[in-house]
Amino acid sequence: MLHNAENFASHFFVLGNPMIYGADVSILLVIFGIVFVLTYYKKWGWLWREWLTTVDHKKIGIMYLIAALLMLFRGGVDAILMRTQLIMPNMSFLKAQHYNEIFTTHGTIMILFMAMPFIFAMMNIVVPLQIGARDVAFPYLNAISFWLFFFAAMLLNISFVIGGSPDAGWTSYPPLAGITFDKGPGENFYLLALQITGIGSMATGINFFVTIMKMRAPGMTLMRMPLFTWSVLAASIIIIFAFPVLTVALTLLLLDRLAGAHFFTIFDGGNPMMYVNLFWMWGHPEVYIVVLPAFGIFSEVVATFSRKRTFGYASMVASMIAIAVISFFTWVHHFFTMGAGPGVNSFFAVATMIIAIPTGVKVFNWLFTMYQGRIKMHLPMLWAIAFIPNFAIGGATGVMLSVAPADYQYHNSYFLIAHFHQVLIGGTVFGMLAGMYYWWPKMFGIILNERLGRWAFWFFNIGFYVCFLPQYWLGWMGMTRRMYTYSTGMGWSLWNFISTIGAYMMGIGFVFIVIEVGYSILYGERDLTGDPWDGRTLEWSLPSPAPHYNFARIPEIAGRDAWWTIKEARRKGDPVVESKPFKPIHMPNDSGRPFVLSVLFFVFGFSMVFTWYPLAFVAFLGILISLILRSFEYHTDHTLSVEEIRHTEEAYGRV
Amino acid sequence: MKRNQARTFALLTALAGTSLLLPGCGEQVLVFNPVGPVGMIEKQIMVLTIIMVSIVVIPVMILLWIIVARYRDKPNNRAPYRPEWSENRILEIIWWSIPIIIIGILATFTVQKTFALVRPPNKVVNPLTIQVTSLDWKWLFQYPGQKIATVNYCEIPSNRPIEFVLTSNAPMNSFWVPQLGGQEYTMPGMAMKLWLEADKPGVYYGSGANFSGEGFAHMHFNVIARPAGEFNHWVQKIQSTAPPLSLQRYAILARRTIVQPMSFSTNQPGLFEKIVSQDGGMYMRRDLTRGKINSQAGTD
Repeated sequence: MLHNAENFASHFFVLGNPMIYGADVSILLVIFGIVFVLTYYKKWGWLWREWLTTVDHKKIGIMYLIAALLMLFRGGVDAILMRTQLIMPNMSFLKAQHYNEIFTTHGTIMILFMAMPFIFAMMNIVVPLQIGARDVAFPYLNAISFWLFFFAAMLLNISFVIGGSPDAGWTSYPPLAGITFDKGPGENFYLLALQITGIGSMATGINFFVTIMKMRAPGMTLMRMPLFTWSVLAASIIIIFAFPVLTVALTLLLLDRLAGAHFFTIFDGGNPMMYVNLFWMWGHPEVYIVVLPAFGIFSEVVATFSRKRTFGYASMVASMIAIAVISFFTWVHHFFTMGAGPGVNSFFAVATMIIAIPTGVKVFNWLFTMYQGRIKMHLPMLWAIAFIPNFAIGGATGVMLSVAPADYQYHNSYFLIAHFHQVLIGGTVFGMLAGMYYWWPKMFGIILNERLGRWAFWFFNIGFYVCFLPQYWLGWMGMTRRMYTYSTGMGWSLWNFISTIGAYMMGIGFVFIVIEVGYSILYGERDLTGDPWDGRTLEWSLPSPAPHYNFARIPEIAGRDAWWTIKEARRKGDPVVESKPFKPIHMPNDSGRPFVLSVLFFVFGFSMVFTWYPLAFVAFLGILISLILRSFEYHTDHTLSVEEIRHTEEAYGRV
Repeated sequence: MKRNQARTFALLTALAGTSLLLPGCGEQVLVFNPVGPVGMIEKQIMVLTIIMVSIVVIPVMILLWIIVARYRDKPNNRAPYRPEWSENRILEIIWWSIPIIIIGILATFTVQKTFALVRPPNKVVNPLTIQVTSLDWKWLFQYPGQKIATVNYCEIPSNRPIEFVLTSNAPMNSFWVPQLGGQEYTMPGMAMKLWLEADKPGVYYGSGANFSGEGFAHMHFNVIARPAGEFNHWVQKIQSTAPPLSLQRYAILARRTIVQPMSFSTNQPGLFEKIVSQDGGMYMRRDLTRGKINSQAGTD
């Protein structure tokens, strides 16, 4: 009995590694710290009422942002550990197994639990404000999306100390990820965490598609929408078509692992290559899901800080739609070397190259938005300008990779690693940081400190080039990805050393961002106007932070750059009629169900990881019951009286 | 002043150091130092792509520099400011069409070379077949024509096309010898072909390129190219001195271990086909029986 318990514990908890004991201790300390602070300041009720049960898109967006920054930290620590292991040949800082777990979680977290919540943060905070809506189309579903993501992220993260992390790469190809070669629960954590967050992402895609199609203010035709909203629309369409494929791929692989199915096994008629196809049918569009909103942010930022209309609006829209469509016809370029044959390879190579055309057009349009403008170098603009050379190189190496015969030499090498970090960091992360700096005043009413922000920018930006340019070179020198060690004599040592220094610089840049946020909360400049950047779109017409109902009166839209047009009219002295009476506002009720439902999903996922089927069954039943209970809930909304609205607006001084 | 000089000196030393290092590294940039026709074609198309993308990338960098410098929001900036200017058909036609032309050219070459590289690089000389199996975590090379086998290294005759037939008895891997040419996956239940050829004798670095578990980083091997005579001599030496490859020995090899290079005086006829079809291998069975993948080719 005692032996059994010991045996169970030694498999359940990850033992024998001092770094993991350190992590155990720090996780416990953080939990105790949080519990203590909440209890001491009597904030449990506040936490529940204001945050855990909220359906307000702005608050959900803020929670996404916090989660994304935390996950950026976790994935960044993974990256620092890997680069430390590779700083010199034959290092023994990490063992092979540990290194494999770390690169797997690094990739998984950065794509699904950092990039995705970061774009969802921006979408949630900005889209309803930009289109003149009071919330998203399905606020309750929006809360479910967030909490599913949050608990999925927790599920993947605890694998580090309980059960063991997944170790087959973020792509998790069978047969390596199949039960034959990977017995441990790590892969189950990966499959279930992705599955749960995937449901949330799918719901977000539908939610924003409907919001943008149905909830725009009167007069805002599609071709009058801000470009960020357009980019979110394009990304939502991709999500709706791409995520079901991921769901299917993960379910089938999970059935292989848990139920002895043979979809992707190498025996009994399975075929691992089918998984690879399914994975990238989602995986390649996913790249555009995370990069299109970044494009949208750059369009907003460049126009605002150049004090000029966006150049070639119609081209910008057309290229985003073109990218969204073509992104579904390129997936095989992730495995040209799997022997698909020259006809197939040619098709996918050419389709991939074609994507470069609309992308290139966007770059020229950004340049000519700045041309004959008046460029103000605030932090969002700094990141946007730094993005352009970065993305030009990333796009160029992307075209190089798309040339199928040449890809035979680049595939799986550090050249590929350098390329996708260049587009994902240079595109998505730079874009999200630009967006964070840009909309931070709108979220919190504070402008982030410029000086500390510049330190962060230069460390991160220079560090980026120092880290990744040598990796192109390493790829040409024959270094393949996912090697936990290498020997001397290949000439790789110097370049790996430089690359690691760059990674440390990026780490310092991140620390500066953290300091900057802390400093600005305490001493930062308050935004009292609601329009600190002299913005062009509707969100800047509201006070910062916006009231929970967003717009006291729904604005009427007469053209593109709606807020700029209103301001121009005021500058010319045209009296703008704003004296329409307030009307009662219909708002959704807060609900604790999304949180509870997601906890049940977490319990379900966790018990499936360890194949505790009775508990999984109970949790699943709980999920069903909470869905049924919701459908019998009748009081899901309330109405704000004119009095309340007038009261709030008076507090903002806007009556 | 002194500090400035010290900084300049440090910078110059660093630059000089780099320029001294670069030529030394030149040979180690494997994909740009191909020694066979396949690697050469791939290098040429890589260089072509770099030139073509530079046509866009360099002007973008220059334009960005000029625009940001000229249109900064400074009190005395006399540069024109047109906040409402946002359409220009001619400019837009220019930058829609330039990428289209570039991509058109690249696409043509890509399709051409994609088809070219699945054919043997040299049709005059009779090719040599080597059956490659990736195991956990080692490479097994069988020579059906010479009836020998090696582990973690292989020897090939120079100036003769080599038909590598690839499979795996472990998770997928990818067989990559950068100086000879690009890689191709080794997959369980499948047998795929990769044509390579070495123009000159030498020792070339090869490795597994697709992650296959704990011992993956140690899956590198040398490909040793020798003139035909020396190659035949080497084959005879292996045949007369090395131990045979028994099925038991193969079973030991198939375990999850990392091993030193080995040689075997015999191969196991039919072993490769058995590896491919052991777990069903349904996709390739037809090809194997029809002789589409001719594992007996390459006998002299």
